[in-house]
Amino acid sequence: MGNVARTGRPLLEVRELKTHFFTRAGIVRAVNGVSFSVMPGETLGLVGESGSGKTITCLSILKLLPRGARILGGQVLFDGEDLVPKPEAGMEAIRGKRIGLILQNSMAALDPVFSIGTQVAEPLVVHQKLSWKAAWQRAVELLRMVRIGAPEIRVKHYPHELSGGMRQRASSAAAIGPLPSLLIADEPTTALDVTTQRQYLDLLKEIQAETGIAIIFVTHDMSIIGNLCDRIAVFYGGLVVEAGPKAQVFNQPSHPYTQALLRAIPILGQKVDRLESIGGEPPHLGRLPTGCPFHPRCEYVTEVCCSGDPPPGFRLQDTRQVRCWLREDEHVGEPVRSQELNEALPREKRAPQA
Amino acid sequence: MKAVDGVDFAINPAETFGLVGESGCGKTTVANLILLLHTPSEGEIRFRSRPLARLMSADLKAYRRSVQAVFQDPYGALNPRMRVGDIVAEPLLSHGHGRRERQQRMHEALAAVGLPDDSERKFPHEFSGGQRQRIGIARALTLVPELIVLDEPVSSLDVSIRSQILNLLKDIQRQMGISYLLISHDLASVEYMCHRIGIMYLGKLVEVGDAADVCSRPLHPYTATLVAAATPPGRTPPWQLPILGEVPSPLDAPMGCAFHPRCPYAMPVCRQITPTLTAVEPHRQVACHLYPDEIQHIDKGKVLADR
Repeated sequence: MGNVARTGRPLLEVRELKTHFFTRAGIVRAVNGVSFSVMPGETLGLVGESGSGKTITCLSILKLLPRGARILGGQVLFDGEDLVPKPEAGMEAIRGKRIGLILQNSMAALDPVFSIGTQVAEPLVVHQKLSWKAAWQRAVELLRMVRIGAPEIRVKHYPHELSGGMRQRASSAAAIGPLPSLLIADEPTTALDVTTQRQYLDLLKEIQAETGIAIIFVTHDMSIIGNLCDRIAVFYGGLVVEAGPKAQVFNQPSHPYTQALLRAIPILGQKVDRLESIGGEPPHLGRLPTGCPFHPRCEYVTEVCCSGDPPPGFRLQDTRQVRCWLREDEHVGEPVRSQELNEALPREKRAPQA
Repeated sequence: MKAVDGVDFAINPAETFGLVGESGCGKTTVANLILLLHTPSEGEIRFRSRPLARLMSADLKAYRRSVQAVFQDPYGALNPRMRVGDIVAEPLLSHGHGRRERQQRMHEALAAVGLPDDSERKFPHEFSGGQRQRIGIARALTLVPELIVLDEPVSSLDVSIRSQILNLLKDIQRQMGISYLLISHDLASVEYMCHRIGIMYLGKLVEVGDAADVCSRPLHPYTATLVAAATPPGRTPPWQLPILGEVPSPLDAPMGCAFHPRCPYAMPVCRQITPTLTAVEPHRQVACHLYPDEIQHIDKGKVLADR
């Protein structure tokens, strides 16, 4: 299902995207050359700490940027079409209809003065040209699909009458209603309790199995992406520092930041006497260091890391790419500066060679 | 409303006791009771075997000196208009220490948490979240307390900063022999930090035991649910349990065992009688009607159907 037929090419391809904020205090390089791709029907996890650029990357895809932010360069190829030069009127046919968005705070995402039913039905009326009556019926079905009990009654309820977990599921129902081919979920579980979180992730997986929707799942929590995502892109300092299939990134992290981060997170049942910690702090995007953004905290830092441009993406074992000079020798083929992201995919999901 | 209902636990000297539960389970209320920010409607808290309710003013002041707190939000917990040196030394001022001693202890505390020397003249906004949490810890240390209540001390911090703070807290405990009450919803960091833990659900303790043992061998079905939810992908949780329903509002807590509507093993007795926290093994207490008999018929490895 979805609006885009499953083809061998990526559904979304972000190439060297740069989005900066121009503020009185200076330029904030929130997205500083981000590249990744999403295949139809797969789940890509964007992991990173706060202020690493993952949310602004998502908002840049939809061109929903806050004031002061501008896309300075790069491409956002959605189904082969570049969204960056697309006029605002054209974007309205994309947002909500072909790319759905779920936000962290479901209370803020839902309008308190409209019933749940109205808010789930509205995108169907706008994008699918359904009558309100038909849209309302479909809203009931959607609420049932996201496992809200007694949906016939719940459609008439207002957001404050639902629990946090139910609100997040209702806003997901509104996002998937118009059958978008891509869903961007920005920290949708952060405000939820642990058990509710797990239920919500299971629900996303079910929705994906039923509709074949591709998902970009944004989170700062390494542990939850583990069971949801096919591939992972790790953000640091406005860049994707490492990308690859989930198991490879988790089991053999290649970038020093990913390695250090995985050693610094307590894992249940893994009895360690002392966690390692990464010295220093993540950089402020308005005061990025020259060279590699991780170099001031990196234990392997060398001279080449400290100046000039950030390292280019080096391709490892055909399936992953890493922005670290240490991996230059292991690198296969041409540097992955902007294209070839397709190669970072598992073999079965790769596009046929031209 | 009963925010906390019949909670019994003890914290030993130089021990870290963890309270784990989801939002609204009453773990912060327990912290506030210990910090004398609320008065219990029933029951008592004893410090060094003396009931708090009977402490007179001088003893009460001594208690307040012995028990300090570090809060979740380091932005909200520090007065933005005070200099860091004054923030850290303020508890000493309230307890009547002279200027020279205040200065000395403030410097010691800032050094103990690894803040640079020039921090004392700066304001909180000049620091990052992790450093602000260090300031909060320094403030808690100046009075040389015996117990520090840590209410979600790292959950608002960046992932790469959390282990710095957790390790700092461990080091301070090793050097100064302070006890901690660590309140958190994150089972993995609680297992890392704590000697013993208590699991709370809707205002009640449902299980208490040694941290590593509870996490690897949960006995209460709710604990098992939390452990399963926190088990890293690719590993099999010690007890396979589906997650049923949602946490009810504490205003409308179910009769009997509060967990029964979400428990796949609920029996008629669970709907009527509230189970009490009972020792089912040495070092392990559980509040569940499955013990001691019914549990023997349960296969913890069997995957139950979801929902």
